[in-house]
Amino acid sequence: MDSGIVRMSAADLAAGIAAGDLSAAEVTEAHLGRIEAVEDRVHSFLHVSAEQARRAAQAVDAQRAAGEPLGPLAGVPLALKDVFTTMDMPTTCGSAILDGWRPPYDATITRRLREAGVVLLGKTNMDEFAMGSSTENSAFGPSRNPWDLARVPGGSSGGSAAAVAGFEAPLGVGTDTGGSIRQPAAVCGLVGGKPTYGATSRYGLVAFASSLDTPGPLARTVLDAALLHEVMAGHDPRDSTSVDSPVPPVVAAARQADISGLTVGIVPELSGEGYQPGVLARFAEAVELLESLGAKLMEVSCPHFTYGLAAYYLIAPSECSSNLARFDAMRFGLRCGDDGTRSAEEVMSLTRESGFGAEVKRRIMLGTYALSSGYYDAYYGKAQQVRTLITRDFQAAFEQVDVLVSPTTPTTAFPIGERVDDPMAMYLADLCTIPANLSGNPALSVPCGLSPDDGLPVGLQIMAPVLADDRLYRVAAALEAALDRRRGYPLLDDAKGLA
Amino acid sequence: MTGTVSAASGPSAAVEKGAAVTGLVPFGDAVSRYDPVIGLETHVELGTATKMFCGCPAVFGGDPNTHVCPVCLGLPGSLPVANRVAIEYTIRIGLALNCQIASWCRFARKNYFYPDMPKNFQISQYDEPLCVDGWLDVTIDDPGAEGGSRAIRVGIERVHLEEDTGKSLHVGGTTGRIHGADYSLVDYNRAGIPLVEIVTKPVDGTGELAPAAARAYVTELRDLLRSLEVSDVRMEEGSLRCDVNTSLSPRGSGVWGTRTETKNVNSLRSVERAVRHEIERQAAVLDSGERVVLQTRHFHEDTGTTTAGRGKEEAQDYRYFPEPDLLPIAPSSQWVDAIRAGLPELPAARRARLMGEWAVSAREFMDIRNAGAVDAVAATVAAGASAAEARKWWLNELVRRANEAGADVADLPISPAAVARVAELVKAGTLSDKLARQVIDGVLAGEGTPDEVVAARGLAVVSDEGALLTAVDAAIAANPDVAEKVRGGKIAAAGALVGAVMKATRGQADATRVRELILDRLRA
Ligand SMILES: [Zn+2]
Repeated sequence: MDSGIVRMSAADLAAGIAAGDLSAAEVTEAHLGRIEAVEDRVHSFLHVSAEQARRAAQAVDAQRAAGEPLGPLAGVPLALKDVFTTMDMPTTCGSAILDGWRPPYDATITRRLREAGVVLLGKTNMDEFAMGSSTENSAFGPSRNPWDLARVPGGSSGGSAAAVAGFEAPLGVGTDTGGSIRQPAAVCGLVGGKPTYGATSRYGLVAFASSLDTPGPLARTVLDAALLHEVMAGHDPRDSTSVDSPVPPVVAAARQADISGLTVGIVPELSGEGYQPGVLARFAEAVELLESLGAKLMEVSCPHFTYGLAAYYLIAPSECSSNLARFDAMRFGLRCGDDGTRSAEEVMSLTRESGFGAEVKRRIMLGTYALSSGYYDAYYGKAQQVRTLITRDFQAAFEQVDVLVSPTTPTTAFPIGERVDDPMAMYLADLCTIPANLSGNPALSVPCGLSPDDGLPVGLQIMAPVLADDRLYRVAAALEAALDRRRGYPLLDDAKGLA
Repeated sequence: MTGTVSAASGPSAAVEKGAAVTGLVPFGDAVSRYDPVIGLETHVELGTATKMFCGCPAVFGGDPNTHVCPVCLGLPGSLPVANRVAIEYTIRIGLALNCQIASWCRFARKNYFYPDMPKNFQISQYDEPLCVDGWLDVTIDDPGAEGGSRAIRVGIERVHLEEDTGKSLHVGGTTGRIHGADYSLVDYNRAGIPLVEIVTKPVDGTGELAPAAARAYVTELRDLLRSLEVSDVRMEEGSLRCDVNTSLSPRGSGVWGTRTETKNVNSLRSVERAVRHEIERQAAVLDSGERVVLQTRHFHEDTGTTTAGRGKEEAQDYRYFPEPDLLPIAPSSQWVDAIRAGLPELPAARRARLMGEWAVSAREFMDIRNAGAVDAVAATVAAGASAAEARKWWLNELVRRANEAGADVADLPISPAAVARVAELVKAGTLSDKLARQVIDGVLAGEGTPDEVVAARGLAVVSDEGALLTAVDAAIAANPDVAEKVRGGKIAAAGALVGAVMKATRGQADATRVRELILDRLRA
């Protein structure tokens, strides 16, 4: 079933449900039908919770029938990355070590979505513990890109991106540690936002790298992403790093879509050699388009961005080596070798040996090494210094410009299998997105057309000052509107992988 | 092996480094040739209502795994939120120990795998402790010194805040340790209870008083913590736990030896014994030309000895790094000042005050303190007794009974108010000392208040002169020859008549008064 419903935006669905033109139940059925039809090809989900989704939809319909006020996304289905805890669904993080684990508590993001009346369709595939850029590190097999099923949907939030790009859900939630929302958004032709670090709660988000992990929205339109951002964001006393300040007016900014008078900075360090020519071409056109919409352009050097990738691959593995220590077979998840003859240590070792995939082990070892006595200063310590310098680069840049832009990724979606044996090539997918994670700045990827060399989507990354998330949506919405006008139809109509 | 093992000191075939020497050098001999250096690391469970990083109750006991939540179980996705009261308590401890309070510091993760540690890292503090560089003055019994005691100042290196681990119970096997057990049970109720670690600087120069110094420090610290009302400081329940570091330096060399860290030292007496044993053991190791191995050792209450744990030379690398899930602690100077202003009278100041109020010497006060009766005496004085009376009853009478019962004097089932009442009855002449002891017997036996015991046992002194005179006359009439001797000037013979009267009154008369009455009667 490929009804018109699944092609509708979240904003239109919510408006239709609120007006009584659509029921939440039929909206949910339409999406469950679409999942049924395409899931064996796209493999976005690790778990589909059809019954719970139907109940949640019925609750929204009942609420409306009773005349109770509905939230801005009430009744809209959503694909939730399997890294958030959910009491009524398994939570695996794409890892065999958590296979079958059912958390006894909901993540704050999960709870906020439920309270807003959002209908959770299920949990989406991801690179194991969010480590990867393709979903190929999932213990449960890769997801596929709806533009070309032989290609990756990006990662680590590739399942959520594939679900949204494949019309299985109008909205997806991902997490972004080094680009894990923006990169899949870019290669799937979606809008994906990484809010300011701390603007969205990490409570119940199974940690990869605590100082970098940021939950954020994935959607097919800028307005939809903003609506979801607004539902997700807000202070959470359960997360000590949560920002206690008002949520920036992202929805208003998305509706404003006017950038006249805004100064846009172009970062020369995030461009040039190693970038796919088609990506650079579309990026350059988009920048020209921004200028034609009234923005002032300026080149702003951020010299330390060059060291971002190296610093990231010390900090993130260091934190992950500690965060993932709790997967020890003692209290939850997989347990191997507990036959009554082995010690607790042996059971821990066997479980971790068998339960973690190669990339996770690689990063645990990297991080363990980087934190070791005698190496700490040279690796972790130095990486933290780089982080400070990158933060200063951002601060200096934002004294001159309102936002910075760059390509989101150096290339379009790459073929499944192409980079699995080449970690460095895989890591380069996050080259442009990592600086904003290291500094905590908000950033967003918005489609800027298809690459002329392969016909695949290209993303433009917008970066803004801390807590000025609304600027991302303002610029993205202006660009989106201009491109849609020029094209005359939605970009995703060109995605033929599931046709 | 760096030396030869002498035939006298142990087996010739060394099993492992430093373990070859099994003998002990008598304590006096050891300290005549080696100067002990000690250091103490004390862990204190704070008495906050909730745990360090979650809302679970921070209480001792409870059915296993009933005071737990996703945070203190370290479930995936859970995050810590620091307990402000625990931070305040830690600052209070730091201020009472004369420490500097950091204006900015961070929690750090200490990474190691152990089944009773839910996250396999402990949130602790590493190179940025909350409190640093303080001191605690301690008085040690020293029969050789003037006044019978000696004061030393123990430097405090640091006071930091961390979370406690769960508790493992190893079932089966012979050692009670994880190795060799059939299976292990883990109770996470204790996991996440706020724990303060107080680390001293090395203490040297105490010589043969080193074991006593260690004990005196822990005693003083315990009293201090109790007065701060930050912990119930119960060593037997593990809310105050000590690790004792000991090393020996050849006398006069000025070169400190390798230390050992003795864990599991969970009573004041054990602290003293552990240091003493390590001095005797390390002296034997050094005498034999071996070297002391840097290691963790376990103290055994039953034998008073220590045995080697895992060697610290292959110690784990804890890979400390700043805890990214928590914000730095940045106590404002106003907050610290407010905490300082709220500090109670500290034990040392209180002792000085009480010594003055009770008009006792340092030596006498030390006796009260060593008897564990300072609070009891103070409360008895507060209940109306004089300091002399209170001291007399607690030290002469109740300490003896506590010793006989093998209990702490403070735990006897008699209240300071009851002791004050007994003293009052004696002062009023209602009870003789002898009767008062019987009243105390009755109170300790659970027969009620002193007045109830007096009434029930009929113990009041007979002071009715008429009744006494009747008894005196009866005694004279019954013993005419004795009376004649007294009349004839043999005053000493009156004792037999006094005894007869006391017998007739079942001991409830005042013997002095009885004697006066007899002599009056016979002189007339
Ligand atoms: Zn808890």
